[in-house]
Amino acid sequence: MTWFTIIIAGIITYFMRMTMVALVDRDLLGERVKAVLAYVPSAVFPAIIFPGIFINDYGTFIEMNDPKIFGAIVAILVGYFSRNVIATIISGLFSYWIIIFLL
Amino acid sequence: MLSKKQIFTKGILAVAPHMFSVIPFGIVCGAIGIELGFSPVLVYAMSIIIFGGASQIVFLQLLSGGASALIAVTSVGVINSRHLLYGAVLSEYLEKLSFIKKLLISYLVVDQGFAESNKFFQKNRNETHLHYHLLGSGGTLWVCWQISTLAGIILGSFVPEELGLKFAVPLTFIAIVVQDIKKLDHVIVMITCGLSSLLFFDAPFKSYIIISPIIALFIASLVLRLKK
Repeated sequence: MTWFTIIIAGIITYFMRMTMVALVDRDLLGERVKAVLAYVPSAVFPAIIFPGIFINDYGTFIEMNDPKIFGAIVAILVGYFSRNVIATIISGLFSYWIIIFLL
Repeated sequence: MLSKKQIFTKGILAVAPHMFSVIPFGIVCGAIGIELGFSPVLVYAMSIIIFGGASQIVFLQLLSGGASALIAVTSVGVINSRHLLYGAVLSEYLEKLSFIKKLLISYLVVDQGFAESNKFFQKNRNETHLHYHLLGSGGTLWVCWQISTLAGIILGSFVPEELGLKFAVPLTFIAIVVQDIKKLDHVIVMITCGLSSLLFFDAPFKSYIIISPIIALFIASLVLRLKK
């Protein structure tokens, strides 16, 4: 039963990936829609970023002095000035670890 | 004009830095599956069949918590519905591909690969073999996801939970969007999305993950109208 469920979930996920690429004719989208689509990265990724920082594993809001907030601020600053993905991730993780393990 | 191989290599190099978050997250994902009591084969098979980190974890958590199969499948569908938006963006650059190639390449589209390949596409519209970038980025993410979830399944409880490795996930996406904080219109869209995701976090089936982008894109359309 679990296997069957996984396969259905996989098929649905695949359709989400495939539909707009293979089945929908792009000409159906108007110029306005295409212009709005340029904002997709900015409109989608914060929905992964914000809960990943501000909501803990139990689904509740973190305290304002949570080390994740510090880690995220460091990552934003390092990322903005270095333009380097590795530096962004590592600086965020390390500043988070320094607070939880050393302070 | 770049060769297929050059573009493919650029795709690999573009996502390579994200391995610093993909690999820890894959390990966590595999380890959680085992911890929740599922068989190793089943946990691993999800990485091939579903191939979507967050949705795999939610799926197993729901099933182990006694949720029905219908709820688990619906949640996976809702979480991964954001790929409809990725597809709509990418279709512009992939429209010349044959139908079969479109079907095959779609399987490889995941968040980081979409983000990095889309950046490349915007700057190199006139290249002929654009889709090789997506093959490079998506293929790299696929291979690393398989290896790291497998590692998580084998290492299991050896991965200390205190490390908070899941925190690498928001960091990798910060790296993707951080250069856009220079642009006011993008900042407005990002903050709208972020605040909406917190506001709707408890909405059923994890639907905050698609509700907040829809709200943010609506705001984006208003911003575009104001700009004109």
